[in-house]
Amino acid sequence: MSPSRDVKGSKTKMADTANMNTNVHEPPDVRTEELLLNMGPQHPSTHGVLKVVAKTDGELVLECEPVVGYLHRCFEKCAESGSYVQAVPYTDRLDYLMAMGNNLGYCLAVEALMKVEIPEYADYIRVLVTELNRIGSHLIAVGTFGLDTGAITPFFYAFRDREMVLDILEEICGQRLNYNYIRPGGVAYDLPEGILDKISTFIDHMEKSLEEINNLLTYNGIFIHRTANVGVMTPEVAIKYGVTGPNLRSTGVKRDLRKLRPYSIYDRFEFNICTGTGEYGTIGDCWNRHIVRTQEIIESIKILRQVLNAMPTEGEHLAKATARKFRPPKGAAYTAVENSKGELGFYIASDGTDEPWRVKCRAPSFHNVSVLPALANGTMLADLVIILGSLDIVLGEIDR
Amino acid sequence: MPETTTGALIYQILELLPFLKELPEFLHIPMLMFVTGLIPVTVISLVGLVGVYMERKVSAFMQIRLGPMEYGPWGTLQTLADGIKLMGKEDIIPREADKPLFILAPIAAFVGVFLLFIAIPFDRDIIVVDLNVGIFYLAAVASIEVVGIIMAGWASNNKWSLLGAMREAAQVVAYEIPVGICLVTVVIVSGSFSMVDIVEEQKGLFLNWFIFRNPVMWVVFIAFIIASLAELKRAPFDLPEAESELVSGFHTEYSGMRFSIFFIAEYGAMFVASALIAILFLGGYYTGIPFLDNIDGILGILIRVGALFGKAFAFLFLQMWIRWTLPRIRLDQMFYLCYKVLVPFGFVAMIITAFWQMVLPGDGFMSLGWAPGLGK
Repeated sequence: MSPSRDVKGSKTKMADTANMNTNVHEPPDVRTEELLLNMGPQHPSTHGVLKVVAKTDGELVLECEPVVGYLHRCFEKCAESGSYVQAVPYTDRLDYLMAMGNNLGYCLAVEALMKVEIPEYADYIRVLVTELNRIGSHLIAVGTFGLDTGAITPFFYAFRDREMVLDILEEICGQRLNYNYIRPGGVAYDLPEGILDKISTFIDHMEKSLEEINNLLTYNGIFIHRTANVGVMTPEVAIKYGVTGPNLRSTGVKRDLRKLRPYSIYDRFEFNICTGTGEYGTIGDCWNRHIVRTQEIIESIKILRQVLNAMPTEGEHLAKATARKFRPPKGAAYTAVENSKGELGFYIASDGTDEPWRVKCRAPSFHNVSVLPALANGTMLADLVIILGSLDIVLGEIDR
Repeated sequence: MPETTTGALIYQILELLPFLKELPEFLHIPMLMFVTGLIPVTVISLVGLVGVYMERKVSAFMQIRLGPMEYGPWGTLQTLADGIKLMGKEDIIPREADKPLFILAPIAAFVGVFLLFIAIPFDRDIIVVDLNVGIFYLAAVASIEVVGIIMAGWASNNKWSLLGAMREAAQVVAYEIPVGICLVTVVIVSGSFSMVDIVEEQKGLFLNWFIFRNPVMWVVFIAFIIASLAELKRAPFDLPEAESELVSGFHTEYSGMRFSIFFIAEYGAMFVASALIAILFLGGYYTGIPFLDNIDGILGILIRVGALFGKAFAFLFLQMWIRWTLPRIRLDQMFYLCYKVLVPFGFVAMIITAFWQMVLPGDGFMSLGWAPGLGK
């Protein structure tokens, strides 16, 4: 039934009953029914082509269900039908806001399969670009979350700073969004000259700028009223749905793969696992999910500082053994990295040829969006938008 | 010619345009209506043009951007260019829409705003009609715009539009109460419903302004600013068109000229609300400096009209400042603010004002004792 018929149908029904009852002085029998809202796939707040089917009663959301798949492009099959290196650009398109993390996750899995050693210099570059990208990704999360609450200006502040990240990454690898930079065995190119100074200028600026964004958005009274105690997620619910990343940490669970199962060279750096503070609202609500992201930007800055201090000035950026086409031995490997959205895992099975036999991607956003009905049922329509925004999903990796 | 209130602009126009008298008798009234009708239309269009440009620039500077820069110096002609573009757009009416209502809705919204301008005094004599129930008229006519919006929401046959219209209806009905309380308080102080009388009562030193009239008037002033933001559906009360929730709310299905009529009506209403704040609390067209207010002739008129426009645009800026800074509040929070904050505070302030007016009917508590009636 088309949406128009719903509305119009109820109108004519009402009129008919009213006519029938004109002689009897009784109120007409007003028929009420739930309104089925198709939020998306074209909607400003679904952060891509997500459709949320919501059954509403006035402003109340009785039930909602995310419908995914509009962006499905057979990533896994594509990755299986090319060589190992050829799949790297496809991973860029998963979580396109954190393409470095995707590259890293995939390459770590391939390297685990091949049991190859990575030059130390390349490892440092990997951490450098990944953490820079994490800052950019979290800035988008913070900015668009502000946009969902109706605060438009902080979005521009966040984008100004993300622009600096993109400029730096563009100088490193020539791309602004889909980097294709990290390769099995290292990174594609050496760092350009003078980039480290630019990064250190940027992180100094970022610290001050984050304070500005916090003052404008995070500690704004209306913002707190809108987000605190809204969409409270308990650790049990989060774990049941497989929620990871900042969304899980906001519930108070200290789970960060960079600490739990340190990959690359993350065990060399000191940083905190940010969890929901409960400063406003309750732990696990939308405000706490937001504050975890802003704090993780600070932690990333901390890591970047340590990288800049400890980094060797020059070295080999790509292991010689894995330059082009290669055939890993038969077997399978699963590695997971802590992406900005959560645990991004790649399972790769090799049959000994130069093409992977099976690639499976565990995308964090897919699990994060699945928790939406558990949080949003029974809230108001405005809260549904806020909760969806606070989960910080990227459709590229949900649909793959 | 029917008898109307003195000082009405109609008679001045008749004096200014003698050719009107040469027309046949039965054409006098229609011609006068036409000429006087042009004034609100001109003001609304100009305010719309300037307001939209200002909004763009203000938002741009707050968001570390430049805003429009291409057409005219500093992009001043951008709004005009957009207007021309909107006129050239295809006129789209959704197939399933309620066609007559869909066409009528923007007109109804615009008429509501247009009628408001009739009772706004730009100077002692520059007012279309100085109704003796001016403030009452404004409160009544301000609700017509809502009818247009509800019509738009229903006629669009779009669920988002319907939700937006529902929100608008609920919001405006709720905020009529605090607005009404504020207006009543002003009437208690001024002792008159006439807009010109209300301003004339505030003549003299700026301490005569109603905001300084008694110690609780500022509560009413702030309550009126907040309530007027809600009536105007401006952020943080822009729930009827909440972009992130309802796509575009009631005007989701509107495009081209119909959309721009809604847009102009919105900016017209914003200007009226800002001018009302100035008229009701801040001396209207008086600058608050007796020496300047007593100037006669064209210069005096310019100063007074400029004073009103200056004050109104200051509040227009305040509305924009708030819009580009604050997030949007939720529906239930909006009602909470109205019924549990604004109404009780406004009500208490109204009662205190009434008692104050009974016991100390003076020129304002700030000027008590040292300068009563200065410059009056």
